[in-house]
Amino acid sequence: MEKFLLSGNEAIARGAFEAGVKVASAYPGTPSTEIFENLPQYKDVLYSEWAPNEKVATEVAYGASLAGVRSLTAMKHVGVNVAADPIFTAAYNGVGGGFVIVSADDPSMHSSQNEQDNRHYAKAAKMAMVEPSDSQECKDFLKAAYEISEKFDTPVLFRTTTRVAHSKSLVTLGERQEPPVPVYKRNVRKNVCTPANAYLNHPKVEENLKALEKWACTSPLNRVEMAGAAVGVISASIAYEYAKEVFPADASFLKLGITNPLPMDLIRDFAAKVEKLYVIEELDPFMEEQIKAAGIPCTGKELTGLMYEMNPEILRERLFGIKPETVDVGVSAVSRPPVLCPGCPHRGFFYTMSHHKDFVVAGDIGCYTLGAAPPLSAIDSVICMGGGFTVAMGMAKAFAATGQTDKKVFGVMGDSTFFHSGMTGAAEIIYNKGSVIPVVLDNHITGMTGHQDNPGSGYTLQGEMAESLKIEDILRSYGYEHVIIVDPQDLKAMEAAVQEALASQVPAAIIARRPCLLIKRIRHENGLCKVNTDKCIGCRKCLSVGCPAVSVTDRKAAIDPLQCVGCTVCAQVCPMGAIEKEA
Amino acid sequence: MSEVKSALLVGVGGQGAILTAKVLVNGLMRAGCDVKMSEVHGMSQRGGSVSTQVRWGEKVYSPLIGKGAADIVVAFEKMEAVRYADYLKPDGVAVINDFEMMSATIAAGLAQYPAGTLEAMQKHFTCHVLNAEKIALELGSAKCMNIVLFGSLVKALGMDDIDWESVIADTVPPKFRELNLKAYRAGYEAV
Repeated sequence: MEKFLLSGNEAIARGAFEAGVKVASAYPGTPSTEIFENLPQYKDVLYSEWAPNEKVATEVAYGASLAGVRSLTAMKHVGVNVAADPIFTAAYNGVGGGFVIVSADDPSMHSSQNEQDNRHYAKAAKMAMVEPSDSQECKDFLKAAYEISEKFDTPVLFRTTTRVAHSKSLVTLGERQEPPVPVYKRNVRKNVCTPANAYLNHPKVEENLKALEKWACTSPLNRVEMAGAAVGVISASIAYEYAKEVFPADASFLKLGITNPLPMDLIRDFAAKVEKLYVIEELDPFMEEQIKAAGIPCTGKELTGLMYEMNPEILRERLFGIKPETVDVGVSAVSRPPVLCPGCPHRGFFYTMSHHKDFVVAGDIGCYTLGAAPPLSAIDSVICMGGGFTVAMGMAKAFAATGQTDKKVFGVMGDSTFFHSGMTGAAEIIYNKGSVIPVVLDNHITGMTGHQDNPGSGYTLQGEMAESLKIEDILRSYGYEHVIIVDPQDLKAMEAAVQEALASQVPAAIIARRPCLLIKRIRHENGLCKVNTDKCIGCRKCLSVGCPAVSVTDRKAAIDPLQCVGCTVCAQVCPMGAIEKEA
Repeated sequence: MSEVKSALLVGVGGQGAILTAKVLVNGLMRAGCDVKMSEVHGMSQRGGSVSTQVRWGEKVYSPLIGKGAADIVVAFEKMEAVRYADYLKPDGVAVINDFEMMSATIAAGLAQYPAGTLEAMQKHFTCHVLNAEKIALELGSAKCMNIVLFGSLVKALGMDDIDWESVIADTVPPKFRELNLKAYRAGYEAV
């Protein structure tokens, strides 16, 4: 049968199609984003959307499940924090149609703010968990996850990691199964989470988990690969693939696909057949602690460590002390840190902020987090999606409470983040009379994750035109009587907007508006800036904007014509007028 | 084919390493190999150092390799060759594009582009060095630089048992077919 090279995310999308999923809702986040980017190809039979945030997405998908159809949501690991509220109670109420939540974890934080191990969520919420370790399993296990969800009346946490989500491996495809159209019936007892109903639901959850654990002991998702009796390895997810390369060929494996609840009888049985038992998992000792608590001796984290992703060479060294042979060539490479792109509209805003020592700037998650990097260095804190406004609020209250009246506090986030979880923060500032200037950097797209649409962008995931929510209308309706809309690339106007907002006698907010240059459906009027070397005095002021196209060699500025898009921010800061835009 | 081989393609975001990896993978799939490929998306893409790994053999488990495990490193930029040199096996082979790209730290005058990158690599490894950008420009477009390097990779690994020309023809868009076939041949001959 023909095989296709698919990433784990592509395979999950295919699995959703084959499993007969009808409704899917998500918010983008690396490394989960490509799952939903691959769903619109099935739009004739599968509705998919970008929701404003992960909590909304989870609720939409859960609602579809209650209505009787199979549904999907997907998010990065920290997205599950946002969605945790509906997830925990959905686990009590149970499902209608199968309901799967993909959590894409990011060990080593390739593109994340922490490396939390979301397997704990499955245990804490008392729901089933399935973990694939390659793309074929991403597809096949997803289909199995829907069967588990329906059979045991539980949401299924489908947990991947960066290397499962973004690695490509060979996949054999299957056909779509079209589940029968459900007949919806109201079920107050099950689906309305009043205390009395929750009281009755909890014992059912415990019973279901017990039944699932028994079932999991014989499920093909948990696989014994018996070889020798000297060494046994229990592993799951991508760690299994590493362990298979590292342990000798006569090591026996128990490869787990269902990791909550752990099939403890199967584990006990396997452990009894081997002399030495290893548990190999990335991040926390999630399996190891439970296996040890069940009285089964095993070795794991004392050797493998708690942090960062593994690979075969790291695992081999930690387990057996065998260091890989490497060569030091004696020349070191200079770092290539990610930077705001040439022509990025955020540059003008952060350049403006960087010039005021009395400004305190609470930032947020997105491309604009790079405003914290030198030479701009214009952000004081970043904590989470939507935290820009509210952390700023807390700082402002603390400064007021301690008489530090010289500090001027700004809360900054992008348009997609504003719709995600910034609107409540904007309400907080008005309601509790905060002396904070909220700033929305509106580039009209969800940038960092690779250009997904959002409620302000005018399009849906399936490519249809949609209502474009107006940030200024929302802010005005909250009570920001003075909303200043400014082009951040015009440095004079940007500075004036900041001063105007600070001087305002009524609540003020700023929208720094210019679309991201990488949005393909917009025609960008790009140009090119050039240095007039006769005028250039080599003062290096142009370097202060942090543009990768600008450099200074031999006391003269130079602009890389391949990178420059002619935004003129460097030209505006040049004291000699030595940078000119080509006509 | 039972032994698993590992290739590491390294460069700067936007240089086209993904297409090179795709051609390699398509050919290996045709030859009946099990293949895994790993790449990282997200924050490092623009102006950052990027790497793509391809592993093939009868049965491949890990999509990822660690230090000292690559049979070949193809560096699309020469400073990237030294950055990933410790991923090469001591008897591994390097294909290096004699091409420099500044980083933001260098442009800002905070660091200097390291001297002697090629010499350092050549001192320790079997290296195939070519100016793939120049070759690509002579063929008509800098964009086919990645397939020039692919031709050198095939030669360096001695993978002549696969009909790469037909793989390339089937992988690239039809209007760039001729250009890329020429690029492949030029890269093969250049090392």
